[in-house]
This record gives sequence, structure tokens and C-alpha cells, in this order.
Amino acid sequence: MEALGFNMDAGFLEGVVRGYKGGLLTTANYHNLTQCENLEDFRMQLASTDYGNFLANEPLPLSTSTIADKATEKLVSEFHYLRTNAVEPLATFMDYITYAYMIDNVILLTLGTLHERDTHELLERCHPLGVFDTMPALCVATNVEELYHSVLVETPLAPYFRDCLSAQDLDDLNIEIIRNSLYKAYLEDFHAFCQTLPSPTNEIMSRILAFEADRRTLNITINSFGTELSKDQRARLFPTIGRLYPEGNNALARAEEIEQVVAAVEHISEYKAFFDKAGATGGGGGGSGGAGEGEASSLEDEFFKYDVELNKLSFLQQFQYAVFYSFVKLKEQEVRNLTWIAECIAQDAKDRVDDYIPVF
Amino acid sequence: MSGAGPREAIFPTRMNLTVTKGRMKGAQTGHSLLAKKRDALTQRFRQILKKVDEAKRLMGRVLQLASFSLAEVTYTAGDIGYQVQESVRKASYTVKAKQENVSGVVLPAFEGVRSKDASDFAMTGLSRGGQQIQKCRDTYVKAVGTLVELASLQTAFTILDEVIRATNRRVNAIEHVIIPKLDNTIKYINSELDEMDREEFFRLKKVQGKKKRDAEKANEVRKKQKEKEEDEGEEGGEKDSRDEGLKGGAEGGADMLGEKDEDVIF
Repeated sequence: MEALGFNMDAGFLEGVVRGYKGGLLTTANYHNLTQCENLEDFRMQLASTDYGNFLANEPLPLSTSTIADKATEKLVSEFHYLRTNAVEPLATFMDYITYAYMIDNVILLTLGTLHERDTHELLERCHPLGVFDTMPALCVATNVEELYHSVLVETPLAPYFRDCLSAQDLDDLNIEIIRNSLYKAYLEDFHAFCQTLPSPTNEIMSRILAFEADRRTLNITINSFGTELSKDQRARLFPTIGRLYPEGNNALARAEEIEQVVAAVEHISEYKAFFDKAGATGGGGGGSGGAGEGEASSLEDEFFKYDVELNKLSFLQQFQYAVFYSFVKLKEQEVRNLTWIAECIAQDAKDRVDDYIPVF
Repeated sequence: MSGAGPREAIFPTRMNLTVTKGRMKGAQTGHSLLAKKRDALTQRFRQILKKVDEAKRLMGRVLQLASFSLAEVTYTAGDIGYQVQESVRKASYTVKAKQENVSGVVLPAFEGVRSKDASDFAMTGLSRGGQQIQKCRDTYVKAVGTLVELASLQTAFTILDEVIRATNRRVNAIEHVIIPKLDNTIKYINSELDEMDREEFFRLKKVQGKKKRDAEKANEVRKKQKEKEEDEGEEGGEKDSRDEGLKGGAEGGADMLGEKDEDVIF
């Protein structure tokens, strides 16, 4: 049914986004990039791709952060082009994509406000995708209470804030907890919104978001070992969507070490595979602490790989919105890859340069 | 008189000779002590130099590793710089300064101490990249440790260098200035004293010769007087013998002194 009217509203944008997708770097491009001797070559190689001369006006000692910034800028300009041409409900969908970045920005500014920093310089550090109209107003607020009442209420994030915290909670001890509570609320909300969209958007999106939620759950569990985060608090940060919910989440909430985490994801073969692979690449030997660390670091890589995989899959279906989300995510991964390769070239660590995750 | 080279401006007396000899001895002891000290310091200096070299190479490697692990963090967790900066409340890595004594030179030694409750930003990257962040932090702690070690070595290096220079200067000063000077002074005093001895000897001889002459003269005079008295009679002989017994020596001495005054030539 959806296919009937889809092209009326979003046909053009879908075409554009698929065009952008075609511009993503290919394996051959990546291969060429990894062969570069210095960042000059790197720029040359990029010039022949969709990135064109995006670094042309940069002063010569190129830094990896400049490359990352410029690449992100490109992503943002593409996203804004799509966003300005979008109509409902795609517009809302795309707004939802930006909320994740807004959360990060708001947390950043809140942190700055708590420490009474000059918030103007914070604004420069904000992720450009998460910029919203009233964001500069956050700088005016001098304390957290004011910040919430005068600014945050007006933003789309207000409901998330309302649900998960009061002004008293805003001290820096649990700022990470706040960030994760917000993100949890955001994921649930986004998920709920996607369910209102017609099939197949809801199917694909719920798959992607479920993985995102599970990834967060697992990461929070693993990363909270040995910190002062109590199990109760930890359990409250787990998004209530995803394939691990509810029994997996419960098991993870009780987990105290990596083995219990592995046991909790036992029944989901994909996630189990991550741990198996991560365990295999992590060396497996040595003390339990060392093994656990190696496991977790390559676990991130496995997560990224699976994320990319899922996002790639969403391009296989037409007449749905998930491509927009996937495009942003893939592009983000690409920026990460570029930064990684550039970093490896700059630091002369050629043996690790192949650790990027190829997109196509 | 053996004035070849500088000497101290003192009077050439026997007391000064003793004093100078004492000083000479002191200078020699000092010289050997300082030379020993210099050798000890130089040995230490070489050791430190070696260590500095090693530490610098190590620092290069460790810092490279550290900045690479930061790149890993950036890859997984994004830019965390600001969060970390803001969540730090007190230094988790502090430097303690100790003192070490190497042959009288106080060398500062730094020691890095990582406080136990160093989990200020343990929650950073909770949802993504937390492990990498912890790993990165550990790598950087190691890097800072290497830097602290290097700083301690480097400080010791500079201080030792300075001290060795000063000691060298002293050793050389003692060897090439003070000891020759004292040596010269001793030679000078000795030669002066010898000279004085010779003069004295000569003078004494002179005096002796004079005395002899006077005594002969006096004898002759006495002889003549005796003969005269003998000619005069027996009483005079008695008187003369009494004179000799009571006042003769004193009178003779007075005579001699009086005469001597007249013909002192030298």
C-alpha cells in the first residue's frame, strides 16, 4: 500500500539519498587510502571520490581532526538538504535522527554550565547535527534549574528530561547516568514513533533500533563493571526495547562479570557470535582481567560491523524511511573510518590501519 | 731568591713556614678528596646519562602508543576531551619529590603516585567505548610515569653537571694555582731562612774573631801590667790576684764592651 503514495512525498528524496549512498567510499577507495604515505596523499586520494576538494582550502599541515570536521560538515550539509526538502512524516522522522545528537549537545552544555565555563566556546564543540534553534540560549542560563525551565522545556527533548530526572539530579556525578537515561527515553520514543509509520519502515527501523538498544545495554553492563554504578541504577538505564528485553536485560542487570554477560545473550545467536569472535581475536589467554579487556575492545568493532550490516540491509527495500537513518549512520561510520585511517597514517601505525570497517 | 712564580705575601719566618706547610698539606688532602668526589660524580653522571637515553627512547614509544590509544577512543567514543576535562575534580596522579645524596650532592628524585580513588570519569563512555577509554587512561598514566621518571633523571643530570663543573674547577684550582703558590711560598721562606742563617753565621764568626783579638790585646796589656807590678813589688802582686778573684771578670767584660763600641765596623 505504502508504495502507492510514497513517491509523491518522498520519492525525490529517496532518490537523492540513494545517490548519496552511491557516493560512499568503496572497498577499492579504502584500499587506496590505506596505501597513502602521508596526509597529503590521503587528500589526493579523497579528491577523486565523492568528497572532491573538501580539504582544498585547508592550510597545509593537515590534522586528522580537520579531516574529521570537514567530513562531518559534508554529512551535515547533505542531511540538511534532505531535511529541508522533507515533508511529514519524513520530516519528523529526520528530526528524530537529530535528537540523539541533541542529547549529546545538551549534556555537553549542561556540563559546561555546572562548571560555569564560558558556554560560547562549548557551542563550537557541539555536534552540528544536534544544533537546534534555542541551543545558543542554553548559554544564557546560569544555573541548571534555569536551564531546564527556560530552555529545555521548549525543546523536543523536554519529555525525556521530565521523565528521568529532576533538577536536583543534575550534578556531575551522574551526568553520564542522565545522558544514558535520556538516550534510553529517546530510543524508546523513536521506536514508538517508528511503529506508527507504515510497513516496511517500522520493521526495518525496529530491527535497527533494537540492535542499537541491545548494544547500549551490553556496553553499559560491561563498562559499569568496577564502577560505582549500582545494579539498580544500571538496570534503569537499559532501554526497554530490543531483543534482549526483558529477560536478557534482567540477566544483564544482575551480571557481575563478562561470563554472565555472555550467558545472558546466549539465546541470541548473532550476539553470541560477537562474543565468540571477540573472544577469539582478543587472544583468549592470560588473566581473566586482560582477556575481558581485549574481548570488550574488539566487541566494539563487532558491534560496529553488525551495525553497518544492518544499515546496509535497509537499502535493500524501497519505499521506506529507514534509508535516511541508515545513510546517516553509514556516513558517520565512514567519517570514523576516514579519521581512523588518517590517524594511522599520521601516527605511522600501519599495522592497525586495516581495522576500519568497510561500508561497501 | 726563588721568586719564580706567585707566592703569598708573608714574612719569611719559621712560624709562617710551619703554617704554610700545614696549609700545603691541607691543600693536598683536599685535592685528593675532591678528585675522588669528582670521579664518583662522573661515574654517577654517566649512569644517569645512560638512563636518560633509555628513558627518552621509552618515552617516545610510550607516547606514541598513548596517542594511538587516544585515536582508538576517538574512533569508538567520539570526542571525549571535554567530558573528561569537566569531570576531573582533583589530580589522580601526583608527583612526590624525594632527595637522594650522591657524595654530598642532593639530587631530587621524583616519584609518581597514582591515587587510589582515580575513578573520576569511570563513567565516561558508559554506552560506548568505555573500555577503550579506561585502556587509554592506563596508557596515559604509564606515559606520565615515564615522563616523571625522565624529569627526575633530567633534573639530576643538570644538577650533577653543574656540581661536576664546580668540583672540576676546584680541583684544577687547587692543582694549578693553590699548590704551586704554597710550594713557592715554602721555597721562598726556606731560601730566606737559609740566607739569614748564613748571615748569622758570618756575623757570629766576625764576632768571634773580634773577641779573640780583644782577648789577645787584653792579655798583652795584662802581661805588661804584671811585669810592671812585678817590678814594683810583691804587694802589687797580691792586689792583682785579689782583683782577679773578685771583680776581674766583670771588669774585663766592661772593658771589652767599651772597646767594642769604638771599633764596630760591620
